[in-house]
Amino acid sequence: MFERTVKDQRNQRTERLFRILFLLMSGVLIVPVFAVLGFLFYKGAPALSWAFLTTWPEDGMTAGGILPALFGTLWLVGVALLVSVPIGVAAAIYLSEYAKDNWMTRVINLAIINLAGVPSIVHALFGVGAFVLFFEFGTSILAASLTLAVMTLPVVIVSTREALQAVPQAFREASWSLGNTRWQTIRHVVLPNSGSGILTGIILEVSRTVGETVPVMFTGAAFFLPYLPTSVFDQTMAMSLHLFVVTTQVPGVPEQLPFGVALVLILMVLVLNSASILFRSRLRRRKKW
Amino acid sequence: MVALPANKLEIRGLDVSYGQKRVLRDVDLDVPANQIFGIIGPANSGKTSFLRALNRMDEMTSGMQVSGQVLLDGADVRSWRNVYALRARIGVVFPLPVGLPMTIRQNVTFAPRMRGQKNKARLDELVERCLRRAALWEEVKDRLDSLGSMLSGGQQQRLTIARALSQEPDILLLDEFSIAVDPVTTMRIEDVLKELKQEMTIVLVTNLVQQARRLADRTAFFLNGECVEVGKTESLFHGDHRDPRTVDYVEGRFG
Repeated sequence: MFERTVKDQRNQRTERLFRILFLLMSGVLIVPVFAVLGFLFYKGAPALSWAFLTTWPEDGMTAGGILPALFGTLWLVGVALLVSVPIGVAAAIYLSEYAKDNWMTRVINLAIINLAGVPSIVHALFGVGAFVLFFEFGTSILAASLTLAVMTLPVVIVSTREALQAVPQAFREASWSLGNTRWQTIRHVVLPNSGSGILTGIILEVSRTVGETVPVMFTGAAFFLPYLPTSVFDQTMAMSLHLFVVTTQVPGVPEQLPFGVALVLILMVLVLNSASILFRSRLRRRKKW
Repeated sequence: MVALPANKLEIRGLDVSYGQKRVLRDVDLDVPANQIFGIIGPANSGKTSFLRALNRMDEMTSGMQVSGQVLLDGADVRSWRNVYALRARIGVVFPLPVGLPMTIRQNVTFAPRMRGQKNKARLDELVERCLRRAALWEEVKDRLDSLGSMLSGGQQQRLTIARALSQEPDILLLDEFSIAVDPVTTMRIEDVLKELKQEMTIVLVTNLVQQARRLADRTAFFLNGECVEVGKTESLFHGDHRDPRTVDYVEGRFG
């Protein structure tokens, strides 16, 4: 009564087939990752040096380093974070810990989803209209960073909310039943157990922001500037725009230069992503429930 | 001279519903002070919802509505302006042990610290007193600063009890505390409860009929959101005028 029937054999064949199919598909996924990285390293590594990171572009940007672009990107991302993190985290705490399921919450959630779906070029135009012109910040770090902040806000909110929701409801109820307020519960029970998750989301958001080109190009990043920005009302150069410029806008650039810029850009992202993975694994180790 | 009411809790016409779904209907019962009051009944009979109504947890639960009266020492719990002070007087122990992911010491001192107690000596003394009363002190006294969530299930459940005792509550609510606890620990906790009832009133929801029989002075039988019968525990098990559903349940014919 335990012989393999025809149907058993067919099931096993199908099982094998799907296994191989899925394996192939996940294999396909890693090919472009390694191809892109490998190609960039191969082409861009010769350009990399300490001087490349710390000197100015020369000869109409056909030689020299990327100091102002690197510095400018740090400015842009830094200011964007200063705006988007407090707003995003606070909004996520409200939505996760306080909001009741009513029409207003649903409208907010809908707004977040839609904001996340707006193309970056539309954000760029919004940034020009709102920050550059209406608030009269001009094309400046402030305008560009605010545009980036608006763009990344939904990501911060969603990732923070997920980190908060990962804390078991039983912990909250245990704290409430002791007579603690919602805020005491958030402060002493929810946040300590979701901090790494929130941080992970923020870092991933940074790594996305670093590469954004169009929004900063419209609102605050310059083709070339002979000085470093000293305040948020200055314009600045940026890595992403610089890559675009040396690739397409300047004649006579040696091949390795744009690849060098691209490599630095992707290394920044990789470092940030590894940091977030590190945080996540630390979180997992601490999580003992 | 006005005599203190002998009933710690008086429940009058309590209704609980979640949205359209009614889970408790018109419950009337009295819980005498310094007794263990058992509540038995099969799953989904409204026992947990009953406990949640007592410390106004419905206000933290979206969709849960409570009507009727819960009188604590003769005053409606809804009339308490400070719900947090009310909850501090009512300790709660949950079905699954909830050792908060902080140290054992921090678990016990959590509520007092939130009330502003900073005196280290007094907190230390409190930790020892509460853990002793919860029969956990001997097992953890050398590792008070290790994570409470790393303890075994039975230890965590006693930690939960110690935490619930940290504010000297007058009422202790236990919701099926033995569900994730081994039999030996269950017996130890039952002994703890017998001690504690001299100082406080205990409401014990249990899915183990025999546990109510061992511990409870009075017992209520809930079924499908209705309080079918309430009375002295012995009369629920042996009385002559019992509801046939009670007889069936306590004799194990369903549930």
